[in-house]
Amino acid sequence: MSGTVTVRIQKIKKNTVKGRLIFFLILAVILLLVTIFADRIVPYDPYAQDLSKSMMPPSSEHLMGTDRYGRDMFSRVIVGAQVSIFSTLALVGVISVFGTIVGTLCGYYGGAVDAIVMRISDVCLAFPGLVFALAIAALLGGGVGNAVIALAVISWPKYARVARSQTLALKNVPFVLAARLSGCTSLQMILRHILPNILGPILVTAMLDIGTMMMELAGLSFLGLGAQPPTAEWGNMMSGGRSMLQTYPWLVLSPGLAIFVTVVIFNLLGDTVRDYMDPKNSRAR
Amino acid sequence: MEPILRVTDLSKSFSRAGKNEFFAVDHVSFDVMPGEILGIVGESGSGKSTIARLITRQIDATTGTIEIDGQDITRLVGRHLIPVYAKIQMVFQTPAGSFDPRRTLGDGICESLRNKGVSKAERESRARGLLEKCGLPPEFLERYPHQVSGGQCQRAAIARALMCDPRILIFDEATSALDVTVQKQIIELLQQLQEEKGLAYLFICHNLALVQQFCDKVIVLYDGKIVEHGLPDEVILQPHSDYARRLVDAIF
Repeated sequence: MSGTVTVRIQKIKKNTVKGRLIFFLILAVILLLVTIFADRIVPYDPYAQDLSKSMMPPSSEHLMGTDRYGRDMFSRVIVGAQVSIFSTLALVGVISVFGTIVGTLCGYYGGAVDAIVMRISDVCLAFPGLVFALAIAALLGGGVGNAVIALAVISWPKYARVARSQTLALKNVPFVLAARLSGCTSLQMILRHILPNILGPILVTAMLDIGTMMMELAGLSFLGLGAQPPTAEWGNMMSGGRSMLQTYPWLVLSPGLAIFVTVVIFNLLGDTVRDYMDPKNSRAR
Repeated sequence: MEPILRVTDLSKSFSRAGKNEFFAVDHVSFDVMPGEILGIVGESGSGKSTIARLITRQIDATTGTIEIDGQDITRLVGRHLIPVYAKIQMVFQTPAGSFDPRRTLGDGICESLRNKGVSKAERESRARGLLEKCGLPPEFLERYPHQVSGGQCQRAAIARALMCDPRILIFDEATSALDVTVQKQIIELLQQLQEEKGLAYLFICHNLALVQQFCDKVIVLYDGKIVEHGLPDEVILQPHSDYARRLVDAIF
């Protein structure tokens, strides 16, 4: 009797995780679609200035009001998603691939190179990321590309660490030893047996990282080191409106809301992916 | 006749900060002749598994030499080991852990021939034949490790080890994780394979009764050293060393 009860509970739990995963995936896909087709769905040209309409509060005509040049904030927020989301995805993509390659090789081969690379990553992890990124971005000059490079330089060690520890754990599992006995070369071992088995945790790390990286990119832009005006980007839109926060709050609140919603969606998606990947949840194929 | 495996003065030591060197395997020598079954018994931590790992070159020896079929493999690394692994294969203690959880048993079994460039049809027909010999129907090629029982997985692991026609098989506690009836079936399978193919086995085990019935010769290992070496009946019925006597007394 009790047996059937536990089976039931597990089944329900698994279904909800799957349901949540689908729900957040749909939200993320909607977000991406909006971003991709931003240029076509905006109600106004986000760069068209009309000083007669400057600083209008949110209304049915301008959902999020207008800024000091009379540009429609709603359109700017939607178009701003292109810079914010695409550069974040590019950043996370680059650092997760690079970090995984470095970490897997370090874990697999060990030795002096491993020790040196891991000390470098210790330095990167010990330093407050944004401060270091600020220094690099300031060195390279403003621009979204440079902000991405700055954050990439400081953020890859997280992935290298995950990949390295997973690789080390796998190295002594019998099936990896058996693959060696089957005459696999090191490259074949890594590609066939190690990488596919460590991708789960790395994927989860990357999903959870999207929110953080978006905030840091927006932070750099806010400080003037990322996207430059007049480019519509959430960070520099907030920065532009911050002196008028008390009188015209929608200038800061609307891009702020966009960052908030996007970060929450990607974080919850990441959380759900982690729950879904949890071996307790999805052992059955 | 030349021994298929000759281990001379083999040791593995670990240096510990501020302490003396610790010998996991302490100057061990033995031979395995073609077609011979050598048992290695001893308690946990006596160095049995370390010997298996040394012979398959998963770890480096501190001193001594390992010869397979007359070839010194003690210092071989990387690609040079690949031809050696065609002669020596190993079956592991944990059945489920010895196959990649993301690949089918067939992938694992066929991997050695795939690496040699044998065509897919050819290696699969050979795998089917070996599976059948090991008492599994051919559809097990399509199964994943978590879909089969421990005993079935161990049979598949034996089939995998046989794919490249090795001369010697190492069993590192290969039957310890199985229940007694399955254990008995596996031992019968091993005996039958040994008679058919004239394989040599290095059978690492802590079950004295099994060793007595199954092995041609036996080594008792204690604290990394060989304390007893001879025919199973001699070692088990008339042990010379204190440790072997205690080991036998503890069981019978």
